[in-house]
Amino acid sequence: MPTAGPRSGDAIFASVERVNAELFTLTYGATVRQLLTDLEEVEEVNKQLDQMGYNIGIRLIDEFLAKSNISRCVDFKETADVIAKVGLKMFLGVNATVTNWDAEGTCCSIVLEDNPLVDFVELPDTCQGLHYCNILSGVIRGALEMVSMKTEVTWLRDMLRGDDSFELQVKLLKQVPEEYPYKDDE
Amino acid sequence: MANTACFIIVSRNNIPIYEAEVGSAVKREDSAQLHQFILHASLDIVQDLAWTTSAMFLKAVDRFNDLVVSVYVTAGLHTRLMLLHDSRNDDGIKSFFQEVHELYIKTILNPLYLPGSRITSSHFDTKVRALARKYL
Repeated sequence: MPTAGPRSGDAIFASVERVNAELFTLTYGATVRQLLTDLEEVEEVNKQLDQMGYNIGIRLIDEFLAKSNISRCVDFKETADVIAKVGLKMFLGVNATVTNWDAEGTCCSIVLEDNPLVDFVELPDTCQGLHYCNILSGVIRGALEMVSMKTEVTWLRDMLRGDDSFELQVKLLKQVPEEYPYKDDE
Repeated sequence: MANTACFIIVSRNNIPIYEAEVGSAVKREDSAQLHQFILHASLDIVQDLAWTTSAMFLKAVDRFNDLVVSVYVTAGLHTRLMLLHDSRNDDGIKSFFQEVHELYIKTILNPLYLPGSRITSSHFDTKVRALARKYL
């Protein structure tokens, strides 16, 4: 029975099916490793990871909406909060905070203190340009695009490069008005 | 801390993938090659011994003057952690091997590291040297 009102990230995380964290981490690691072997260029790998994330995101948003009972957000600020507090908690099991808002309220940072994707990982000298977690930025971009927000998601800080946390900058480019797929008078 | 100690990790294809001179003695120019030579020479003995026992830690498999070779053979990839030392501190050496083994496991869990390739991580190097100071 669906509960009334939005559910918290913790509640959903507790109720959904989960996989072993190491299995998840190492599977993702193997994917990145294989991409590095296949594509050879670090930049290409970044692009490919982002594309994979996008493809995940445009599907994941449906599951998110179905399970979280969240209604339409009034502004981008609320959207960012929902991503950090509910979305990331629900799918990754991590807590994130939203900071660094600009004056217009269209650009903010999502800060992750810890990230299950990067357990065991250490960037070798040959892959210094690699955004190892680029799949996450793709997921967020894809998911937001499905709820009519064009965004640009970039990594500002990365623990694998010696920073103290992960920081994702989410920038709202434009709100796409919803269009009907057909015209009434046709 | 031991006067002389040389630590090498040998992959299953008999390729050295990590080397460290961890002794406190003043380095002589030819000593590094000498240490490598002694460790290399003891590989055959290790090969024979490893199949006669289920223990991973093989102590004092070979000696050269006052230098002793102790080895720790990992179960999975048959990687050998080899230590050339002049101290007689068996417990310390065993603890050293066990902790380096843990570090080594973390290294091979790194998806960006190819098993059997050289360990270039500076983090690993720092940790190994710290362990050497602590136990040897």
